[in-house]
Order: sequence, then C-alpha cells, then structure tokens
Amino acid sequence: MTWQSLLRALWRGPQSRVCLLVLAMFAAIAIAGHTGFLPDHEANVGGSQDLPSWHWATLLGTDVLGRSVFFRVLAGAQTAVTIGFITTVLVIPFGTALGLAAGYFGGWVDAFITWLYSVVVSIPDILLITAISYSLGRGIESMCVALAATSWVGIMRLVRGEVLKHKGKEYVLAARVLGAGPGRIMFGEILPNVTHVGIVTSSLVLLGAVKAEVILTYLGIGVQDGASWGLLISGASQDLTNDIWWPLAGTVSAMFLLIYSLSVVGDSLRDALDPRVG
Amino acid sequence: MTAFVLRRLLLTLPTILGVALLTFLLFNAFGPDPVRVALGQHATPEAIANLRRLWGLDQSLPAQFLGFLQQIVTFDYGKSFVTGEDLGTQLKDGALVSLSVTAPPFFVGGAVNVALALFIARWREGLTDKVSRALFIAGMSISGLVYVLVLQYLLAYKLGLFPISGYVRGPGAVAYLALPWLILLLISMGPDIRLYRTLFLDEAGADYVRTARSKGATEGRVLLRHVLPNAWIPIITNNVTSIPFLILGSFLMERFFSIPGIGSLTIDALSRGDLPILKAVTVLGAMALVLFNLLSDLLYAWADPRVRLS
Repeated sequence: MTWQSLLRALWRGPQSRVCLLVLAMFAAIAIAGHTGFLPDHEANVGGSQDLPSWHWATLLGTDVLGRSVFFRVLAGAQTAVTIGFITTVLVIPFGTALGLAAGYFGGWVDAFITWLYSVVVSIPDILLITAISYSLGRGIESMCVALAATSWVGIMRLVRGEVLKHKGKEYVLAARVLGAGPGRIMFGEILPNVTHVGIVTSSLVLLGAVKAEVILTYLGIGVQDGASWGLLISGASQDLTNDIWWPLAGTVSAMFLLIYSLSVVGDSLRDALDPRVG
Repeated sequence: MTAFVLRRLLLTLPTILGVALLTFLLFNAFGPDPVRVALGQHATPEAIANLRRLWGLDQSLPAQFLGFLQQIVTFDYGKSFVTGEDLGTQLKDGALVSLSVTAPPFFVGGAVNVALALFIARWREGLTDKVSRALFIAGMSISGLVYVLVLQYLLAYKLGLFPISGYVRGPGAVAYLALPWLILLLISMGPDIRLYRTLFLDEAGADYVRTARSKGATEGRVLLRHVLPNAWIPIITNNVTSIPFLILGSFLMERFFSIPGIGSLTIDALSRGDLPILKAVTVLGAMALVLFNLLSDLLYAWADPRVRLS
C-alpha cells in the first residue's frame, strides 16, 4: 500500500476526515508553541475567575490568577502532543529494530531480546514508570523515556512474529542467493513488508502516551511545570467546589477532541492496513 | 502436567532475576541518593555517613544487590527508610485495602458487563448496538480522571450521597468505598463490553452455532447455551491475568479519595525516596504478574482440551 492510497483511505469517511483535520490542528498548535507563536499562558488577561466571553483570550474564562484558561489549555495541548510524539518517535524505530534482529538472527540474539521483553512486560507499567521517574527525575523528557520503556514491547513482539513468517519466503532467499548481507535483507527486504505494523502501532502508542501523561501528571509522577492538562484538571477540581466549571469543561473538551480523533484515525488506519480485519 | 508447571516455573527465574536487576539499577545505581532526599542540602557529613550505614547504603553495589536478592528469596524486605516499620505488615495491610477498593467492582463488573455484552450481541447491528458503540467510544475518549472528578462533585459534593473522601478500617469502610466502586465499574464498562461483544460475535459465526440454529434453537438459547460456554474461556483467562492489578490497587482512586492502599503507599514512598517500599512493590508486583499469567495458561489448557501443554 502506497502513502497516497493510505491517505485516500483515511480521507474517505466523513468522520475520519474531520478527525484527521482535528489532529492536524493539534499538530499545528504544538508546532506554534515550540516556535513561540502561542500566546503567553502565564500572563494576566482579566480579573480573577471571569466567566467565558466572546473574546479570544477569555473564550474559556480566566482562572484564580486572571490567566486565560484557553491559553493554558493550548499550552497543555502542546505538552500532550509533544510527549505523545517524542514517545512514538522513540518507540517505533527501537521496537522495530529489536523485533527485526530477534526474528532474523534467532539464537542468542533472540534469547536476549525475548528475555528483555519478558522482564519489561512482567513489571506492571505504573511501577516501571514510577521507577524511571525516580531515577531520571520528573519532567517531559523523563516522562517520554518512561512511557517509551513500557511501550516498545508491543511492536517488538509483532515485528518479530512477522519476520519469522517472512524469513523463509522466496524473495528473502532470492536476496540471499544474490549475496545480500543480513543488514540489507532485514532493512531493505523484510522491513518494507512490516511497516504496516509500525504505522498501526504508532497510532496506539501516541494515544496511550497522551492518556497516560494526564493521569501520571495528576498523580505527581509526570510533568511538574504549569503547562499540562493533568495539572489543569487537578486545579480545576478545587475550583469545581466553588461552582467554577469552565476550566474543567475547557480542558476536558480539548482532551476529548484529541483522544477521540486519535482513536478514530487509529481505527481507520487499522482497517486500511491490517489484513486480518475486513 | 507437573513437568510443564515445573518447567514454566524454572523459566520464570531468569525473568525475575532480570526484574530484580532492572529495579536495583533504577533505584540504587541511577536514582538520586535517598540519604540526600531525607536529610536535605545542609546535612553534616557525619549525619550522612551515619544514615548511609544505617540503611546499608555504605556497601558496594554488588553487595547491595546480593542483599536485595536475599530479600526477594526470603520475602523479607526489611524496614521502611522513613517510618522504620516492618515492610511485611505495611504491604499486607496496603494490599488488603487495595483489594477492598478493586475486588468488588471487578466481580460485579464481570457479571454486569458479560450480561450487557450478551444483550448487545443478541441485537447486533441493531439500534442498541449502534448507540452503545458510539457511547462507549465517546466514553473511552474521556480520561478516567474526569469521571472521578465529575462523579465526586455531583454525587458526593452536590447531592451528598457519599462522603467526599477518606477511609476507615473495618465495615465502616463501605460508606467511603461505594463511590470508588461505582466509578471503577463505570470505567470498566466501555472496554470490557466491547471486548466481550467481539468474543461473542467471533463464536457466533462458527459451524456449531449454525447447526444449533438449523435445529430450531431460538437466538437467546443459541447465545446462552452454545456461544457463552465457548466464549467463557477467553473471558476467564483474560480476567485472571488482571488479578495482580487488583492487589496493586487503582493508583488514581487511592490518590484521589485518600485511601491508604498500595497505590498511595507507592506514591508517598516515591516523594520521600523510601527505596525499600518502592523496590518491594515493584518486585512483588512483577512476581504476581508472572504467577497469574502461568495460572491463566493452565486454566486455558484445562478448559480447552485442544490446547496442549508443550
């Protein structure tokens, strides 16, 4: 399946098309944030706890300190997308490479990688994340490493299984007869046939990382500075007891948009690429 | 059978050793110094040396690792750095509290979700199925944190049906646990019912189902007498592997409602640098996971004679 036909498959349904546009919008927010185009979420834009009104900065009202809830939600979106993106970029090549090596070489390489796999899947995710966050400190970088450390196992196992299926096929034997080395066979011949596993898994890893970031940050294991949905929500829970609902409503809507769109696009990706379905 | 169990148990040894090594490296070798965390920046060198000796951190790393392995084998994880209490009782109490939070919604949820999934599978592709699917996807797109916040606000704060947070030991705990139970039940519905529905529909296409229908069995009888017994196997094995997570507790619920289970214990230990607790919980959690995975495989083989233990 080429990239063009993949995009066409995603663009086909109206729901998946809208969700793809929402994801593009979130990506744009994150890029704008990293290049300094997002408005300052720490600046005062009005009084304390103003109700939402039809103005760009007070679209979702203000918080106790008079800061724009909308700008803070945007900054939280930047953090969530960044963590999801970096985690995925760490996990997919790492897991794929280990899966390729384990499946192709077999023997002690396979034994070692499978052992590493069994160690990581044996530790409940939350405990491994806690351990890594103790070891590396709390922040965006260590959170990405922790989430990556718990999520490479899925793609490694899938790729290893695919490689075992492909290893004995004629095209691989033909390449070997023509004198191709292991690197050439793994990356030039087998890898193009297992990329669908990587694409489908990356949507799942991204979704998992975005959801985990919010909860871990709320638990105090994750991001420590002011720009995370987890921190916004924990602040909003105190506001709620004073009948101040807009910080919570704003954050939850933004989270819902991102997670729902990721699920829908992930499902369409799976339908388009996974030969077992449909 | 015995040979299979023994071999599988032996195979878990390298895994557990790896878990111990990874845990030790993360906490003792790469982590921040717990002595510094406890005493702060302005401690005298003497106080630091004393505490280091008291906690056994003055030994070489290999010696500390051997000590850790000994703790794992004897199930005696020593004392907490912070309170000096014996970890055995602390962990046992925490595990019981965690179970009191997670076990009731696990069992009630199992029954309720299977029943609802059967109902949805009975009228598959009908209105119930379509509406529930949309509801579940939307419901699963909302973070679990939001359910906790909104339900606590509405049911405990606004309507006063439940206490807002807290915990007491003994039967009085039920009043405090009712709301966490309800929330855990609601959160489990989306993913579980979707999974069970898929399992039922996978079976519904099988030859024996067509045979039953052609003999004139009603749709309800087909589902209850033919599909359900066959779908039980994956449902039960799937649930057995999640038992370790019941003991571990729900970190979110315990944190949010101030319930002193394993989750709260772990998060508190993290902020205080209480390494013995963190290491014990990690290794015990991994051992429970390995054990229940083995149990799930055995159950599978026992329930389905086609699966051979080899």
